[in-house]
Amino acid sequence: METVREYAITRKSAARSKRVRSEAVAGYLFTLPVILGLLLWTIGPMMASLVISFTNWQVFDVLRWVGIRNYDKIFTSDLFFYKSILVTLYYAFGSVVTTSIASILLGTLMNLGLKRIAILRTILYMPTIVPAVASSFLWIWLFNPDFGLLNTVLSVFGIPKQQWIFDESSAVPSLIFMHLWSSGSGALIILAGLKDVPKHLYEAVEIDGGNWLHKFFFVSLPMITPVIFFNLIMGFIGSLQAFTQAYVMTSGGPNNATLFYAYFIYREAFVNNNFGYACALAWILFWIIAVLTAFIFKSSKGWVFYGGK
Amino acid sequence: MDNYELFRFPPKLFPNQFLWQNYIDVFKAVHFPLYFKNTMMIVIPVLAGTLITSSLGGYGFARLRFPLKKMWFVLVMSSLMLPPAVTLIPRYILWSKLGAINTFYPLTVPAWFGGGAFNIFLIRQFFLGISKELDESAMMDGAGYFQIFVRIMLPLIYPVLVVITFFTFINEWNDFLQPLLYLNQDTKFTLALGLITLRGEFNTQYNLLMAGAALMTLPAIIIFFFGQRYFVEGISTTGIKG
Repeated sequence: METVREYAITRKSAARSKRVRSEAVAGYLFTLPVILGLLLWTIGPMMASLVISFTNWQVFDVLRWVGIRNYDKIFTSDLFFYKSILVTLYYAFGSVVTTSIASILLGTLMNLGLKRIAILRTILYMPTIVPAVASSFLWIWLFNPDFGLLNTVLSVFGIPKQQWIFDESSAVPSLIFMHLWSSGSGALIILAGLKDVPKHLYEAVEIDGGNWLHKFFFVSLPMITPVIFFNLIMGFIGSLQAFTQAYVMTSGGPNNATLFYAYFIYREAFVNNNFGYACALAWILFWIIAVLTAFIFKSSKGWVFYGGK
Repeated sequence: MDNYELFRFPPKLFPNQFLWQNYIDVFKAVHFPLYFKNTMMIVIPVLAGTLITSSLGGYGFARLRFPLKKMWFVLVMSSLMLPPAVTLIPRYILWSKLGAINTFYPLTVPAWFGGGAFNIFLIRQFFLGISKELDESAMMDGAGYFQIFVRIMLPLIYPVLVVITFFTFINEWNDFLQPLLYLNQDTKFTLALGLITLRGEFNTQYNLLMAGAALMTLPAIIIFFFGQRYFVEGISTTGIKG
């Protein structure tokens, strides 16, 4: 009896370990492309980039180790670096704040249960799917000081001509203004958040005699803070890496007023042919994004409200 | 609108004459059919690669147990936070060493290796939501992992595959930086890259530019209008929350 039972147990556990093994094999087969992709396109290039950042490397030239000289130059003598950081942070903060507010307002608007919401949604979302190159062209024309639509509208109200992207002081605000145009995608995410707010909370406000403003500030807004937080993080990371506008519209000008960091890296690498230096710049961008993201995450404990807690 | 009317002052909201001719001229000024063909030669393999490998990976991470799974998944997620700028230059060097500059390989091959962390994560979330009993009972009936994946699991996440198709299409259609880096022969240009050739050094034919931009935007808008039901559902059910 005893041996039969033992035999049955070993049979069972052998079958189980065989199943565990075949599941492990299957797991690796299914995720093989992903793992190879990580090694080839993420981990490998990351390591390579780190190594190159310590060299004075120009393409098709030999790799010469220069230690921390690239980093030293970035922090001590490269004026473009400081300019670029300021410009990029200015743009990032400006566009994240304005776009977040706009997308909250638009998302709330979309949640009002208006008729023909599908059309409104498409119109609001359209700027996000218009290729950045195409919208850049449209805005070059809108910003044109002599023929552009914006100055024409302003002239109706007697406001003098603005130079928009063609003047150092107004170039970045103009691009922030332009970025507002793409608030639609953030608004869709806000809308998704608003749909999840439990109805009984609004009813409670009504019973207490609150109006729509109370509903907005005491129910909707706190309940969608997780979604606002998501928008903030994604918007921030995205705008710190903005490239196409600077490349197509302003080429970093006037007088480097729109020298976005990603464009600065591109220029060093592919125009000035300084790959080693560009890699060092890229790594600094990585740390800036990492630190700022960590900072926003930390601050979120103070203002993001999770309904589950 | 012709160029004269475009630059008259003050500009008018509605033009005197609609020059449909612009749409014909833009075909003459830019090699639209060629650029369109080039763009599709990138978009189609990228879509195929992304859908196949990200759903395989998403399934593996969601439903199978294997050693070091957690570590690999953390790496996938951390690649989401890494600025592309960091890996841009080594990738460029890798492709140039392989002699692949001015080919479509640098733009299409990576999609066959996982299809991006965002997509893998999205698909994993959906697979995690499916009841475990479903594949266990299929296994009792003698189905292998691959059979379960194709016959049972894939049909269940059909909506999310639509969302991924849409996102990927839009991304590739609009992508500017990557084609700019890897393609420098104008016979290889994509639409996004080809459009910028209309912007001359000294004068720019805005009317043609706008016609070109409108043509380029149209497919994306049509797809969004018809796909938005899936699309909005996709976002609201993935639980994008901080």
